[in-house]
Amino acid sequence: MTDFWIILTGSLVATCCSILGCFLILRRMALIGDAISHSVLPGIVIAFMVSGSRDSFIMLLGASVLGLVTVFLIQLFQQSGVQSDASIGVVFTALFAVGVVLVSLNLRQVDLDLDCVLYGEIAHVHWNTWTLGGTDMGPKAVWLLGFTLLVIVTLVSLFYKQFKLCAFDPLLAAAVGIPVALFHYLLMGLVSMATVSSFESVGAILVVGMLIIPASAAYLLTDRLGLMIVISVAIGIASTVLGYAAAYVLDASIAGCMVCAAAVLFILAFLLSPTHGLVARKLWRRMNQQSL
Amino acid sequence: MESFWSMLTDPNAQWILLGCMLLGLCSGVIGCFAYLRKQSLMGDTLAHAALPGICIAFMLSGTKSIGLFLVGAGIAGLLATFGIGWITRYSRIKSDAAMGIVLSSFFGLGIVLLTQIQHSNYGNQSGLDKFLFGQAASMIGSDVTIMLIVSLVIVAACTLLFKEFKLLSFDPGFAKGLGFPIALLDQLLMFFIVVSVVIGIQAVGVVLVAALLITPAVSARYWTDRLGVMVLLSGLFGALSGVVGTWLSSTTVSLPTGPVSVLAQTLLFGLSLLLGPRRGLLAKRLTHRKAKLVLQEEQRMRATVSGKGGVDA
Repeated sequence: MTDFWIILTGSLVATCCSILGCFLILRRMALIGDAISHSVLPGIVIAFMVSGSRDSFIMLLGASVLGLVTVFLIQLFQQSGVQSDASIGVVFTALFAVGVVLVSLNLRQVDLDLDCVLYGEIAHVHWNTWTLGGTDMGPKAVWLLGFTLLVIVTLVSLFYKQFKLCAFDPLLAAAVGIPVALFHYLLMGLVSMATVSSFESVGAILVVGMLIIPASAAYLLTDRLGLMIVISVAIGIASTVLGYAAAYVLDASIAGCMVCAAAVLFILAFLLSPTHGLVARKLWRRMNQQSL
Repeated sequence: MESFWSMLTDPNAQWILLGCMLLGLCSGVIGCFAYLRKQSLMGDTLAHAALPGICIAFMLSGTKSIGLFLVGAGIAGLLATFGIGWITRYSRIKSDAAMGIVLSSFFGLGIVLLTQIQHSNYGNQSGLDKFLFGQAASMIGSDVTIMLIVSLVIVAACTLLFKEFKLLSFDPGFAKGLGFPIALLDQLLMFFIVVSVVIGIQAVGVVLVAALLITPAVSARYWTDRLGVMVLLSGLFGALSGVVGTWLSSTTVSLPTGPVSVLAQTLLFGLSLLLGPRRGLLAKRLTHRKAKLVLQEEQRMRATVSGKGGVDA
């Protein structure tokens, strides 16, 4: 049963992140995902200090707010003339530092483990269960991630056309009257939500890996957005299963192994993709040369 | 203020103070070139990528020496830069996604190795995980000596190669035309970034080490348009925030040095953002208002002139 819950949690994280990752990759905002996953830390700590409980929904709210603040600050600094990657760097390191200081100052009250923040404790998922009316409903993390996935799938499928146009051609989207800024912040809000609900179980780094790596691999395998999302989710789930198996054999960090599995799958796609892979392009070039 | 003097006389705190100051200085200097080369987040990527290098160096040697960690992290950092280069050159993935991929997969590998080390019987492995968040208080004399040597070398190299790095930062094509070995200089700059990141990891940790490179450089950019002044200011900002961070964290128990230094740098950034002489928000607002007043004045004059003209006609 433990294996089942861990794989289910991992797959839910992978699914949430891979869907959003596709849009981040297309909008060249991969590193904003990285920034958000680090800067939600103070939001989580403040929400914990204010509410005094580890109630996941309050933390979700606090962290989503911080995620939006991050995006807002990054844009503010960019508009005042700072290079885009430098403004990302300034904002997320500052907010992460605030988070670390807050945790250190309130170490006795805050029951948050800093190591856990970075690489998570997915192995403990099944201990933290949710009981409703006396019956055991399964791990809390699964419910939280399930809720997040529901929100993501609902919003993305409702506004698929708008998200797609914003991802490929924001100018055209603005011209036909789509509120581009609104969808930008909506996407960022969803990324923050996904980050936070994955946070406790898998840590900040796995979130970044799952946001960027499966979507990038899918980007090499297809030219259609719908298919890209499906492939990305499949790669995410596959790396969860493979990673868990590897962690079982090696007796190592589960989250770390999942990211490594995703990286291996990405390398495979990078080499062997039928259209954009290294091998395919070499062969194609050689064939062209011969025909010449 | 009293606590400041008592810190200066405590020999243990002196080492930490010196270490943090040197670290701020040398990352501030090298960060300027990284910023102008538009490679600010490279420091972040390299810091994450250094983790597997550090773990492998520890597994092979069984000791925690900063010199060996430098070698391991340096090799891992170079592999990471090659990885980013390959991904962007041989596929249609953009550089930001390539950085994200390399960053998270190297860090994932590092975490796997770290847990392997924790689960197996390596002696003396305690404190290796301190590299994740950094612990300036654990720096000892020998660490600071290495930091001193490294930062002296970096600052000296930046002074000697100032002209070359300047040209590389602003116009690499022109530099190539003049016959400078661009690829070599580029690699050298990257190597310096790797080195300053590695000596920084021990003090401030993997995540925050990027701030040491980025924030002082961005703040210094607000005050000047000359590279020489910018490098000096950035080094100064870095050193100053290192001192402030050490001082504040020595006054309060359980206040970590690294994050406080980063916050001091962020404060300096905020001040620069507001007060910078030409780019700062305040200066921009003032220029705007002045222009508006001048325009209004002109319009009023024109209105009175044309009004009179109307009467005359």
